[in-house]
Amino acid sequence: MSDLTTRITMPQNASKGDIIEIKVLARHIMERAIDAVGLKPSPRKIIHTFRVSYAGEEVFRMDLSTGIASNPYMSFTTVATETGVVLFEWLEDGGARHTRVQTLIVS
Amino acid sequence: MNRQGITRRTMAGGLALVPTGFALAQGIDATINRSQSDRNFEVTERELLAGRLPINSGITLDIPTLSENGNSVDVGIKVDSPWTREDHIRMVHILSEMNPFPVVARFQLGYRAGRADVATRIRLAATQKVVVLAETTRGLIHRAEQEVIVILGACLEGG
Amino acid sequence: MFALVQPAFASDIRPSREFLSPELRAQQDDPARHPGWLWVEQGEALWRAAPPSGQPSCGGCHGSVAGMRGVATRYPAVSAEGALLNLELRIEQCRSQRQGEAPFGYESEALLSLTAAIAARSRGLPMSVVTSGAAAAHLAEGTRLYSLRQGQLNLSCSQCHDDNAGRRLRGDVISSGLGLGYPAYRLEWNGVGSLHRRLRACALGVRAAQLLPGSAEYLALELFLADRARGLTIEAPGLRR
Repeated sequence: MSDLTTRITMPQNASKGDIIEIKVLARHIMERAIDAVGLKPSPRKIIHTFRVSYAGEEVFRMDLSTGIASNPYMSFTTVATETGVVLFEWLEDGGARHTRVQTLIVS
Repeated sequence: MNRQGITRRTMAGGLALVPTGFALAQGIDATINRSQSDRNFEVTERELLAGRLPINSGITLDIPTLSENGNSVDVGIKVDSPWTREDHIRMVHILSEMNPFPVVARFQLGYRAGRADVATRIRLAATQKVVVLAETTRGLIHRAEQEVIVILGACLEGG
Repeated sequence: MFALVQPAFASDIRPSREFLSPELRAQQDDPARHPGWLWVEQGEALWRAAPPSGQPSCGGCHGSVAGMRGVATRYPAVSAEGALLNLELRIEQCRSQRQGEAPFGYESEALLSLTAAIAARSRGLPMSVVTSGAAAAHLAEGTRLYSLRQGQLNLSCSQCHDDNAGRRLRGDVISSGLGLGYPAYRLEWNGVGSLHRRLRACALGVRAAQLLPGSAEYLALELFLADRARGLTIEAPGLRR
């Protein structure tokens, strides 16, 4: 586990074949390393990749830039195929990897 | 007060005045990388199109014409697609005309997404055009654009 | 002379959410998209966490944070020791007196998170501060400050938030100036901040002296604003521009 605070909103149950929507928030400053003139610049530190696998297969990937707002939010969809683990991964500048896991029950 | 409250890193001033080719921090393994800052928006879009003529339909781009604050602008993107294994949307790009880095975000979708329906929140440095390109597995590109007016609110803490 | 505040009629004072754009209001209502709930999440974790001192966690005395329902509607309030405390300072008091820890510090992430977690439990409940007894003098002071012309622009709170509420100022709509959404996630801040931090931004706006968060003046003003919002429902964590 990591110290990244996250909120994942998704259904716990779905019928096979349903398209479910997943909404994700993470607490992160998304430091863009760019500052106003006269201030000391700070190094870039952003979440640069967010990826999601479901039942072992990658179903969504987002590449983020410094143009993504602080506390990055994203939403996407996936087809409920089988009961399984949904793995969320946030990759941060500097090499840190944060993960969360949810289970989707498909009937 | 905390650190964020005191600095004057307003989007409009801060972003616009930064020289391109800003020194890179070491060890960043970003997928969207800084070398983009040397390319402008037009070049980036041309490279993504790679000679293809975009289809100016099929994308529903939900983005306010007047932003509340350039720090956080909601973007919702839906793309029409037959959504079969052979023919679905595989990549969606958000490009900005005036930000220091033209590629704001890139979404990679698989067949298992079920449809192209994504959203995020972006930063906009100034009033500008936002362009969305959506690439199908057959190599077609849909395109949509919208002008977003970025205003600064009243009573900004930075003065 | 109109030295006294003309108390606006209750019908003139509208909930803060009514001054938001439809987009922002929808986002304030949607915890899946509202980043302020990240602070609530952190605050609830802090609520459960035992302090290093070995004293009980917040939950160790108070039980589940769900039991904090309605608490935020009653703050600021005069404590047993006779001091006017808002929710932040009440938490700080617990932190130092019951948990034997140094206070978190006003505007610290920890204090903002805990305050947000507690205030969120009163979301949708009407404000109902006590203004009689020991609170009366503080209310009078808050009332005075609200109508006091300040700063290089020589403006009182009332001149914007009563006389011009609903009108536009630069890109914003002037609200009734209530604290219902605080601690709030403000887009300008890229994070959650307290009402006192917002008051400081107001002070800067009229080019007046910015007081310290937690100062007696801001506490009195907060009490006045809470009384002014009587019956209107808490929106914390709010979403603001």
